[in-house]
Amino acid sequence: MSVLIFIDTTDGHVKKATLEALSYGSKIAAQMGTVAEGVVLGNVQDDLASLGKYGVTKIHQVTADALSQPDAQVYCKVLAEVATAIGATVIVFSNNLNGKAIAPRLSARLKAGLVSGAVALPDTSNGFVVKKNVFSGKAFANISVTTAVKIISLNPNAYQVIAGEGTATVAAFATSVSAGAIKVTSSSKASGDVPLTEAEVVVSAGRGMKGPENWGMVEDLAKVLHAATACSRPVADAHWRPHHEHVGQTGIAIAPNLYIAIGISGAIQHLAGVNRSKVIVVINKDPEAPFFKAADYGIVGDAFDIVPKFTAAVKKIKGIA
Amino acid sequence: MKILVCISKTPDTTAKIAFTDNNTKFDANGVQWIINPYDEWYSLVRAIELKETDPSTVIHLVTVAAADADPIIRKALALGGDEAIRVNADSHDSFYIASQIAEVAKQGGYDLVFTGKETIDYNGSSIGGMVAELLDLPYISLATKFEISANKATVTREIEGGEEVAEANLPLVVSCQKGMAEQRIPNMKGIMGARTKPLKVQEPVAVDPLTAVAGFELPPAKAGVKLVDAENVDELVRLLHEEAKAI
Repeated sequence: MSVLIFIDTTDGHVKKATLEALSYGSKIAAQMGTVAEGVVLGNVQDDLASLGKYGVTKIHQVTADALSQPDAQVYCKVLAEVATAIGATVIVFSNNLNGKAIAPRLSARLKAGLVSGAVALPDTSNGFVVKKNVFSGKAFANISVTTAVKIISLNPNAYQVIAGEGTATVAAFATSVSAGAIKVTSSSKASGDVPLTEAEVVVSAGRGMKGPENWGMVEDLAKVLHAATACSRPVADAHWRPHHEHVGQTGIAIAPNLYIAIGISGAIQHLAGVNRSKVIVVINKDPEAPFFKAADYGIVGDAFDIVPKFTAAVKKIKGIA
Repeated sequence: MKILVCISKTPDTTAKIAFTDNNTKFDANGVQWIINPYDEWYSLVRAIELKETDPSTVIHLVTVAAADADPIIRKALALGGDEAIRVNADSHDSFYIASQIAEVAKQGGYDLVFTGKETIDYNGSSIGGMVAELLDLPYISLATKFEISANKATVTREIEGGEEVAEANLPLVVSCQKGMAEQRIPNMKGIMGARTKPLKVQEPVAVDPLTAVAGFELPPAKAGVKLVDAENVDELVRLLHEEAKAI
């Protein structure tokens, strides 16, 4: 019996969402009186042993030529081997892109009940019940997992990273898995940008910006806040901004610490994607904009006037010249 | 090429979310039902586009639902698709639903299974991956573009902060999101034609669900917005820094 946490990496580095998953999984292990272990696929530049400070005692590292392609089918087989070998009863993923690709496969392979998009620790007082987001952030469901092995994929920004003391032992895990059917031929990343789903602060703008040429001030504000930029659906549909910036019910759902909405009226579909944000700030010239009802702080006024002042005020408070 | 498109019935995006029976059941009172937008706008429309390019393509729709989903399936057939299969079962367990779809897929011998990236009600993002595993097929999730040439699919998918292009031979399972296609409105010819397209109903295979819904909760209401004067942006930043501790 143990808790196994999938350590997700990008370009050889451990993702922030993984630190949350490690902290979360370790807490579950403590709750169940067992140990937490990690599993990582491929070579990593970061010091794996130091991940022990998030509560894992051991990390199983699998390196094999078959893992060189990001193929959920192959990853799933290897994770099933590791989980079975160590007798994992709870397996934790981050509910990010890799988690969404692999966790459902593993659930079907191991016949292990999956809760995807968990937002809280499991309640083990009567069975095993995990709270998750449903109806695109408009409600929660408590899901009872009835199988011996349970899989949880944790929503990004839903559980705090808890760093303590400790070092994990790193052990190689041998696999005989063969290569998969998927071959990645090219990839492109916007360099330097903060990934939207992992961002702690998101600056988002809508039709109120009047046109793509006015986004400079939005990006300036995002820059001083180390924030990711996002947009509403009409903006993405009009190709003012790329589709991957569209947050809302049919775009990306996010839950940052701070969400700043500029010139977005706050249609229910947009709110569904952002209402898990801890603090919401709305800047809109229409005092009747529905977004104000869902906001914590607001300014009624002209974005073109307010946003540059906002940037200047943040610079002042952060001591940026 | 034979494509299986998975269709789910969900509440309209503007539906008010409420629960009954001591918060254990979704309150369907007054709720408009729609085809899950990811299933409709992206996976179904992309399948239709592939058929328009290659008219020999056959599109089947599958849904796992009770008879009250029939109007949704007819609407999907009005958009396109040759026939539909409804597995007559009502379940909210992803594994149960995926097992039924996998069974239909096995019987039909499809080259391609399309799902939406998630449903807007249970937000599981699970069906595609589970179906792929049950069929022992490769799975490309969160695709934004899909092209096919002979037997080889070229798929663009989202990665954190960017995208990558992956290739795989058919058969294949793909989950579809924004970028794959654009929303369409069914035309009169499609609506008339949908009435006579086959909608086959079959009984589910026996599968034990892995999870159950114990209950629902609504998020706590916001305390109310604190408005700051437009002339005093510094005050907003001070509040965010000192009170909300968000900056």
